[in-house]
Amino acid sequence: MPGAFWSGTITFGLVNVPVALFPANRAGGVSLRMLAPDGTPLERQYYDPETGKRVLYDEVVRGYEIQKGEFVVLDDDELEALEPEKTREIDLRRFVPVADIDPMHFERAYFLVPDSGSNKAYRLLAEAMEKTGMAGIATFVMRTREYLVAILAEEGILRAETLRFADELRAPEAAGLDALPSAKATDVKRFEKAIRARAKADIDEKELRDDYAERLLKLVRRKQKKGEDVVDAPAGDGERDTDVIDLMAVLKRSMAQAGETTGGGGSLKSLTKEELYERAQAMDIPGRSSMTKAQLIRAIERVA
Amino acid sequence: MARAIWKGVIRFEDEEVPVKLYAAVEDRSVHFRLLNERTKHPVKQRMVHPETGAEVPYDEVRRGYQTEDGRIVLLDEEELAALEPEAARDIHITRFVPPEKLNHQWYDRPYYLGPDGAEGAYTALARALERQGREGVARWTMRKKEYRGALRAEDGHLLLITLRSADEVVAAAELPRPEGRKLDARELKMAHQLISALEDAWEPAAWQDEYRERVMELVEAKAAGKTVTFRKPKARREEKSLEEALKKSVAAARKGKAA
Repeated sequence: MPGAFWSGTITFGLVNVPVALFPANRAGGVSLRMLAPDGTPLERQYYDPETGKRVLYDEVVRGYEIQKGEFVVLDDDELEALEPEKTREIDLRRFVPVADIDPMHFERAYFLVPDSGSNKAYRLLAEAMEKTGMAGIATFVMRTREYLVAILAEEGILRAETLRFADELRAPEAAGLDALPSAKATDVKRFEKAIRARAKADIDEKELRDDYAERLLKLVRRKQKKGEDVVDAPAGDGERDTDVIDLMAVLKRSMAQAGETTGGGGSLKSLTKEELYERAQAMDIPGRSSMTKAQLIRAIERVA
Repeated sequence: MARAIWKGVIRFEDEEVPVKLYAAVEDRSVHFRLLNERTKHPVKQRMVHPETGAEVPYDEVRRGYQTEDGRIVLLDEEELAALEPEAARDIHITRFVPPEKLNHQWYDRPYYLGPDGAEGAYTALARALERQGREGVARWTMRKKEYRGALRAEDGHLLLITLRSADEVVAAAELPRPEGRKLDARELKMAHQLISALEDAWEPAAWQDEYRERVMELVEAKAAGKTVTFRKPKARREEKSLEEALKKSVAAARKGKAA
């Protein structure tokens, strides 16, 4: 699937669920471009510090430093060969209550989108996991790294949360937190009262805003309006293209496409022309504005 | 004992608890360097002007924000400096909520908090948080950067886990739900049975990063000048009908548990 980070199969007993993995987080904060004094966006370049000459991306290899200045070179084929036998599989052989997973372990979230064929097994697994409040725990290898993941379901959608391995977390003793005196009952009571005074039923997303990013954007808008210090980005400037792809659009399209393949033509026929048009738009089908309902169905089926 | 990376004071209502921050995450990943294939020298990065190819030294680099319409708004150093938060030592707790209200997707990076003097206040806050079964929503500025976090208590000590900002996270509810024909009640029941047959306790130490271990073995073998052979990946088993696959899986899982 285009834009997917990884695609493979979740195995649940003998049931196979083909999925594609998409990041569930956008890049954090506001990223600024680095520019030359004349405002031209700069290009990042590798170079060999000993010769001072530029090194192209396909002229670099990965090395592991075994001693100062001494490297073992590992190529992509070798790293790939180290991947587990069932490399395209997330095998769910253990389920734990979602609430039991220690939050310290959570690292990053990805959405799992049903990939190829029927989404029945996907929906079945998602529904059963969501109802029971359980998460499947497994490991898998993606882009030369092994990940411990919790697969969980929310709103009928499967999500992979990568987890830190136990040895990536320090024990509290390492911070000297094992030798604390016990608390005085009167102090505990006082703090409990203060906590109750600030207790709320839910969080307020306003408190989770990135204020710095908002201040920065405000400044940008102000300058943009006044036309102050605004320059044209050079045409064909590709460095930022990947950031511009809207994660949400990709995910919505993937979910919508996955839905179509399930019921085949039957489910498409049940949609209104407007709904079909929206889908065709999401799939970027050419000539969609002049199509009849039947033509839209055929075009969507062809692309899906 | 690990060195503290920052000192601050937790504040809410009239309470204040001075704390030290310790990193809870230890980087274990295998770090590769990028080398020039020909010379095997580690490469470095530099910023160059795309037209002239001339390197632009770091202190001459300007910053700009690229807008949706493909233009760039230049921002100078004074403007950026004016946006930076003021240095502060306070960790403000804005509210205390039930832990399940914090979406897992927000959790970013955990830190241990240790007492910075005033041990009595520290242990009392930890105990009170545990007894109330709540987590605090925290905001603070550390090294010129604003953070959001969750204040938690665990086994008598405090933890602060930084949280991603709300607009960094895509919520499942914002996506279309995968739809299709109504699920079969029997299959759903079997799926529940299979999950409960595979239910286990959360034991993170039971999992190891085996890939990392294999990478290190390969590095050592190559360093010793040994040749390395690799196993071929096995083919995946055939897929059966969903109902049949579930039935067999439940039977196998139950047998496995009884054994």
